[in-house]
Amino acid sequence: MEEKKLLEIKDLSVTYKVEDGIVYAVNDLNLVVHNKETLGFVGETGAGKTTTAMAIMRLIPSPPGEITKGQIIFDGEDLLQKSQRQMRSILGQDISMIFQDPMTSLNPAMTVGDQIVEMLLLHKSVNKKQAWEEACQMLELVGIKRERAKDYPHQFSGGMKQRVVIAIALACSPKLIIADEPTTALDVTIQAQVMDLMRDLKHKLGTSMILITHDLGIVAEICDKVAIMYAGGVVEYASKEKLYNEPAHPYTKGLFNSIPKLDVDEEWLEEIDGLPPEPTEVIPGCAFSPRCSKCMEICKQKKPGITYLDDDHYVRCFLYEKQAEGGAAE
Amino acid sequence: MLKYIGKRLLYLILVLLGVSFIVFTLLYISPGNPAKIILGEAATPEALAALEEQLGLNDPFLVRYFNYLKGIVFELDLGTSYNTGRAVLDEILAVFPNTVTLAASAIVIAVMVGVTLGIISAVKQYSIIDNLVMVFALIGTSVPIFWLGIMMIVLFSVKLHLLPPSGYGTFAQMIMPAVALGLQSTAMIARMTRSSMLEVIRMDYVKTARAKGQKEIVVIMKHVFRNALIPIITVVGLQFGQLLGGAMLTEMVFSIPGLGRLIIDSISMRDYPVVQGGVLFVATCFSLVNLVVDLLYAVVDPKITKS
Ligand SMILES: Nc1ncnc2c1ncn2[C@@H]1O[C@H](COP(=O)(O)OP(=O)(O)O)[C@@H](O)[C@H]1O
Ligand SMILES: [Mg+2]
Repeated sequence: MEEKKLLEIKDLSVTYKVEDGIVYAVNDLNLVVHNKETLGFVGETGAGKTTTAMAIMRLIPSPPGEITKGQIIFDGEDLLQKSQRQMRSILGQDISMIFQDPMTSLNPAMTVGDQIVEMLLLHKSVNKKQAWEEACQMLELVGIKRERAKDYPHQFSGGMKQRVVIAIALACSPKLIIADEPTTALDVTIQAQVMDLMRDLKHKLGTSMILITHDLGIVAEICDKVAIMYAGGVVEYASKEKLYNEPAHPYTKGLFNSIPKLDVDEEWLEEIDGLPPEPTEVIPGCAFSPRCSKCMEICKQKKPGITYLDDDHYVRCFLYEKQAEGGAAE
Repeated sequence: MLKYIGKRLLYLILVLLGVSFIVFTLLYISPGNPAKIILGEAATPEALAALEEQLGLNDPFLVRYFNYLKGIVFELDLGTSYNTGRAVLDEILAVFPNTVTLAASAIVIAVMVGVTLGIISAVKQYSIIDNLVMVFALIGTSVPIFWLGIMMIVLFSVKLHLLPPSGYGTFAQMIMPAVALGLQSTAMIARMTRSSMLEVIRMDYVKTARAKGQKEIVVIMKHVFRNALIPIITVVGLQFGQLLGGAMLTEMVFSIPGLGRLIIDSISMRDYPVVQGGVLFVATCFSLVNLVVDLLYAVVDPKITKS
């Protein structure tokens, strides 16, 4: 199947200046999202998932944050070369974002209808009345009665708020939605409903999606591709089937060895000893090497490059680098 | 909402009762015989006794207090000035507009300058501008009005001959008093605006607004400032109340004929009815301002109106 690339991130690096040094939040990250595809973006807390998402939207707070390197090619154009003004017409229109916590991602002083209207007025040539009508339709689309458009966020439950957030994100039919752990803050029963809704709407509208999550169960259910993130970089990228059937990177294998529990996300790493590196630490070799059971001499000295195991499967690990001196493929 | 207003009005009445009782008691126990004050030292004992009887000075304390309250409630009668023989309320109303004008000019300056500085300094947190504003706020809150007023007179009137040192009526005469009176409030409002904005600015809904492709200025005003308003309104309200108090000092420094001057002059002349009436009047204004502030909350915060 020949797919068109919607988003391609090349060698992206992002840092934050903090009091005790520089946080290397994202390091040489490479990623591809094709049209209509859902990419699962998986990694521990602090791996740099949110930072990557904010970098795509060019919303990294600066200071302290800075994009130091790379390209973010969206629809054939590098977003990092765009002016603020050009970015503003892309945000909401072509790329939109769903944040983690629906309790705080709606403005408490505006009715939910007005918050959808705001989005529509920014990007569509409609008047206020038409925008209001469209906002009501968006609410109905996410399963909320149109009469509730005049209500304020505090009058909705968590799950309903996240539906409103989804309605805002989808209002202008963007090409790409970035959902940052959209269900982590919700009750388990509500999580499934919201996930189902997102999947249905994504299919209906033909949108691509980056789904940032902790939850390998959700990935298995709705993603086409998966990127495994560790300490600011993607260590393995593959189609869901390949990743679940033939995981290559020792970190990915560790993830699958620990049985994923739907509701307890902290425990899925108990099979891998140790902790991720301090984000301010500069590691000369592979960031995972201190925890890796297959660690070789070279892993501590050099950063592994990208090795393609298949067209849609790459890994950053010396075990698979044929030419790597001192290392041999397993 | 109506119930809420009713409750607040009830509190207001209780507060005013308390204030009137305290002021009445304080003046009751302070030395000096009003009859003697009115008639002068040379008055005959017979004349004094007659006047004391007429003023009700021989009645028990509580009877006098209730008579006083009765006069206020049924006839809006705050008593008669010992000094001029005019109704206290008339004395107050004659000068009160001057005090209001002064306090209002000061609060307008304070809100405009304070809110602007606060917003800029929150948006540019840790920048040079932010640091300068915070130093200004620190100094501003600690400078006494008296000292500031006198320094301004020395600088702008005596040395530079730019502004008139005292008096009331012209615009030029209002500038220094309004600035002197408003400085503390400006500093307080700037500080509160900054901290309240900073609290809101890191909320996710601000990111949501940016992610919509909204202009930064609209994000700051519509999404951040709007939600930072409640604490700001609170300080503005409290500051306005305090300004009424500060206005009295300012009126002394700049010789402005206002309520503060009236009360302080009346204290030195032992014109008790004017002092009582004046204080009660100020307390009423203060409480009413607070009531208005509380009602404004309801307008700003949808949670209050709907529940
Ligand atoms: N505003 C910030 N200032 C300083 N450090 C930050 C900031 N935001 C994120 N970081 C740091 O960047 C790293 C990556 O964070 P983040 O992208 O939020 O990870 P994730 O979303 O995967 O949990 C973490 O070490 C975090 O502490
Ligand atoms: Mg995150």
